[in-house]
Amino acid sequence: MPKKHLSFLLMDAPYEQARTTTGFRLVDAALRKGHDVTVFCYEGAVGLAFAKQVPHANAVHGRDVAQEDHPNPKDWVAALLTLAQEKNAKLVWIQCGLCVDERGVGECVPGAVRGSPADFLKAVESADNTLVIPTR
Amino acid sequence: MPKKILHVVESAYRATLEEQDDTVLWFTHAMKGAGADVTVVLRGNAVNYAVEGQNASGLALGAKKQTQPPTLDADVAKLVSMGVELYYVEEDAKARGLRATDFVSGPKGLAQAELGELFARFDLVFTW
Repeated sequence: MPKKHLSFLLMDAPYEQARTTTGFRLVDAALRKGHDVTVFCYEGAVGLAFAKQVPHANAVHGRDVAQEDHPNPKDWVAALLTLAQEKNAKLVWIQCGLCVDERGVGECVPGAVRGSPADFLKAVESADNTLVIPTR
Repeated sequence: MPKKILHVVESAYRATLEEQDDTVLWFTHAMKGAGADVTVVLRGNAVNYAVEGQNASGLALGAKKQTQPPTLDADVAKLVSMGVELYYVEEDAKARGLRATDFVSGPKGLAQAELGELFARFDLVFTW
């Protein structure tokens, strides 16, 4: 299968919607097949890559921090960036800069970059297809 | 040749006070400024964005007053003035008691049944 370039726009903040997980799964599936992916995080989605997320224990589950092994979204973003390298695919993870500033979430996992709607437009123009997953 | 992009805006008044605009209209404005060939359809509650004279001013929480409230009708008019073709779904306007004369100049009415034909004219349709 020839390599494709897919672009995605995510908009939901972390820990809010299953749409985010769906978006992550689509990115994962594309990377596993060696396709290049651009993700543009808009509005609350810039929190997905925020580096200061911390895992917690869960008394209701009866598990300590290690046992709970809480999958913070930043770890999934980092895992997707690593997966891209392993599959010789390119994953560009763009954070809307103004959205980042509004929320004070400038500290991101390594590999996430700051950008603007113009960068999303560039991705759209170069991609074979684009999926916008907006907040509802 | 840039791709032809259609934004369908349906979620309305989401974070408009915090952002002092609508995030999708803002995004459209920025994309247009970056050279996008972009068109907008307002449907559902978002048809209200085109209503002229809406006024969101006056919010004050404690001592903190909002001095630059959103002006969505002006934002719609500005997009049109930038060359963005802008439609609203006539049935959605009618269901909300809105007539064409209530709107800023520029947006064009479109029947729900015409949406499919409109979508077919675009390379990409983004539904927000």
